[in-house]
Amino acid sequence: MSGKDRRDEGQGGAQVPGATPAEVPGARPAEYADHGAPEAPPPSRGLSEIPTERPIEAPALERPNPGERGDRGGWLVRLKRGLGSSSEKLTGGISGLFTRRRLDDEALEDLEDLLIGADLGVGTAAKIAGALAKSRFNQEVTAEDVRGAVADEVAKLLEPVAQTISIHEAHKPHVILVCGVNGSGKTTTIAKLARLFKSVGLEVILAAGDTFRAAATEQLQIWGKRAGCEVIARATGADAASLAYDAYTQARSQRADILIIDTAGRLHNKSDLMGELKKIERVLKKVDPAAPHDCILVLDATVGQNAHAQVEVFREMVAVTGLVVTKVDGSAKGGVVVALAERFGLPVYAVGVGEGMEDMRAFEARSFARSLLGLSS
Amino acid sequence: MFESLSDRLGKIFDRLNKRGALSEADVSDALREVRVALLEADVALPVVKEFIASVRTRAVGQDVMRSVTPGQMVVKIVNDYLIEMLGGKPDGGDADAAERGGLNLAGTPPVAVLLVGLQGSGKTTTAGKIALRLRKREKKRVLMASLDVYRPAAQQQLAVLGEQTDTAVLPIVAGENPVAIAERAMESGRKQGFDVVILDTAGRLSIDQAMMDEAAAVKAAVRPIESLLVADAMTGQDAVNVAKAFHDRVGLSGIVLTRVDGDARGGAALSMRAVTGMPIKLIGVGEKLDALEAFQADRIAGRILGMGDVVGLVERASEVIQREDAEKLANKLAKGEFTLEDMAAQFKQLRKMGDVKGLLGMLPGIAKMKKQIADAKVDDRMIARQEAIILSMTPRERRNPKLLNASRRRRIAAGSGSTVADVNRLLKQHQQMSAMMKKVGKLGKRGLLGGGGLPPGMMPPMPPPRF
Repeated sequence: MSGKDRRDEGQGGAQVPGATPAEVPGARPAEYADHGAPEAPPPSRGLSEIPTERPIEAPALERPNPGERGDRGGWLVRLKRGLGSSSEKLTGGISGLFTRRRLDDEALEDLEDLLIGADLGVGTAAKIAGALAKSRFNQEVTAEDVRGAVADEVAKLLEPVAQTISIHEAHKPHVILVCGVNGSGKTTTIAKLARLFKSVGLEVILAAGDTFRAAATEQLQIWGKRAGCEVIARATGADAASLAYDAYTQARSQRADILIIDTAGRLHNKSDLMGELKKIERVLKKVDPAAPHDCILVLDATVGQNAHAQVEVFREMVAVTGLVVTKVDGSAKGGVVVALAERFGLPVYAVGVGEGMEDMRAFEARSFARSLLGLSS
Repeated sequence: MFESLSDRLGKIFDRLNKRGALSEADVSDALREVRVALLEADVALPVVKEFIASVRTRAVGQDVMRSVTPGQMVVKIVNDYLIEMLGGKPDGGDADAAERGGLNLAGTPPVAVLLVGLQGSGKTTTAGKIALRLRKREKKRVLMASLDVYRPAAQQQLAVLGEQTDTAVLPIVAGENPVAIAERAMESGRKQGFDVVILDTAGRLSIDQAMMDEAAAVKAAVRPIESLLVADAMTGQDAVNVAKAFHDRVGLSGIVLTRVDGDARGGAALSMRAVTGMPIKLIGVGEKLDALEAFQADRIAGRILGMGDVVGLVERASEVIQREDAEKLANKLAKGEFTLEDMAAQFKQLRKMGDVKGLLGMLPGIAKMKKQIADAKVDDRMIARQEAIILSMTPRERRNPKLLNASRRRRIAAGSGSTVADVNRLLKQHQQMSAMMKKVGKLGKRGLLGGGGLPPGMMPPMPPPRF
């Protein structure tokens, strides 16, 4: 046990005892670099387990609040309904723009505007419009062509970041720290992750690290009960770092597979709160220098260009390994993800598509891009 | 990361030094930059277009005043119009003055205040903040009720906020639906003599028909005097869709903008105001329950245009700078004393105020200096290092830097993990600062920034908040 503690000190090169080479933490990105082969090596499990191959046939979802919120259809339908309602304008706009029309400067400018309207941001929109101009300029194009081409461009940008989170069972527990600004959906995301990992037979422990917000601990405890996970909690106002440390040592002595640590929401421009987050990371490293093995930044899809600042600052503070984008089922398109992919290249582990525990899906570049443009997958 | 509008326009107009009326071409160039600035601030595209069109008609042919450049002139026109659209008056007055500082509570008590919005926009926290504000400032008897029967522990959250703000909260009855809870809340309000009943609803997506119907049903049942949309200042282009959907389906009387203490430019405020025509009444400016303020159009306008938020800066400063400390320092300055200890204290305050780059961003006109700042590598670590150098000195040395001979400097460098050159640089900076402080001391109440140019490459010390 204690011999194992040190194993990751030589980050990247060292071989994890009793694990396949693919499990060396430093080598993780390479593991899924080839998207043609998404099958994870047996000991490494993650979101790839959920049925994303044929999403349309995903079974109807059970609801934790039966009957409360009415029937909302399968996740893809929901995702599309969400994206659709707002991309109506986008696609309607493009159709209007390009029917029997030459792709000239003016048309490109309009296209750029429409992408901006989807939160892609001025720079990324210009880049995509530019790429389209390069291949199609002055050609007679139809709406369908343009939409397809734009979706392809967007998918190309998203492809490298569509990765899955992989759990290394040798870590015992694999520690996942979850952070984000207030109201981004951290606690709900944790519940969804916990359920997902439980469903593939992993032992999950949750740590209620949001010791600030009223009833945050209770919220996680309810989710924990529903997911069947132990929740380690303290009274409101307790020190989050010490809770995290204790949770880690406890999870370790119980030989749990995964420990997910919730944190209080914090705005990234508050340096004292960011310092607190850093402290949590620091104390986890006292138990194992490689911990936290993953640090997820939760981003709300309704957020606009401020997402850049969020990712930038959180990444400076803690070693963010990937993003989860929440509330993708709303009318916001989460288009800023495209710009983030371009700028930071951080993996997007999953998207949240509802309030239920099973409302989380793997992030798929092509279908996300096509949904964004109102095209069928 | 964002350039301020004045900098962008400065670049364009640097070429033309001419005077006279703004030509159509000048205005077009300028407005292209205005458009980008607004979009980077997350103002929704349709709103940007409308805005640009109106500014164009106002700006073309407008005489450029003697004392300003064409760029400044355009900025002024844009800024004035933006403030107007946000519901304020350019001269600092406020068209929404009647609604400022509070909500409309006229009616037979109990009056209902309904809060609606997307998930995670901050409704429950805002409910607590409004309750505290009404109770403290308007001496109202307030009852809060949570209609959120969906999110785990949402009702407990409001109950806890009730305890923290000393506000009555409607007891939870398991299994009750939101409309029934709302009716029971009004009934309790009537029976127990409350003035205001705040109804906190569940977060809902604007496209979720069933949930929007529910919100409309609640509204029909209790006829609230205020129906407020609670929205996050970080919201992107979707702000128009959300605001429009809630306004169409539920009918809004105003907007509460939350997380204004973040560093988002807050273009959503303009989008939502433009699309609903409803005033932004309150803004959330912190996690503490008293962090709720009346909306001020000119401040948000400055932020949207990236022109800094001096008021916000001063407020942040006063949050961390203890009054007595500031007075002590002011007295010392008056005597012309500024020791290394004072300098260390200032560094500490500066660090407490948060990320230095973020702070600098709040200062107007600082963007021009951004490159110099980047070159000088002014960041939090640098300040921490300088603080470490001072802390490695003995108290005697701090009070009397003349003691610092080569050997002492070597010791300090070793103690603080820096080099002798770093120590020397710090001492020189201290000299410059104390020279300036002496000048300031003589200037008295006219304040630091009026005292002429700062020495090159030097961080301006935070002025005590006394002017």
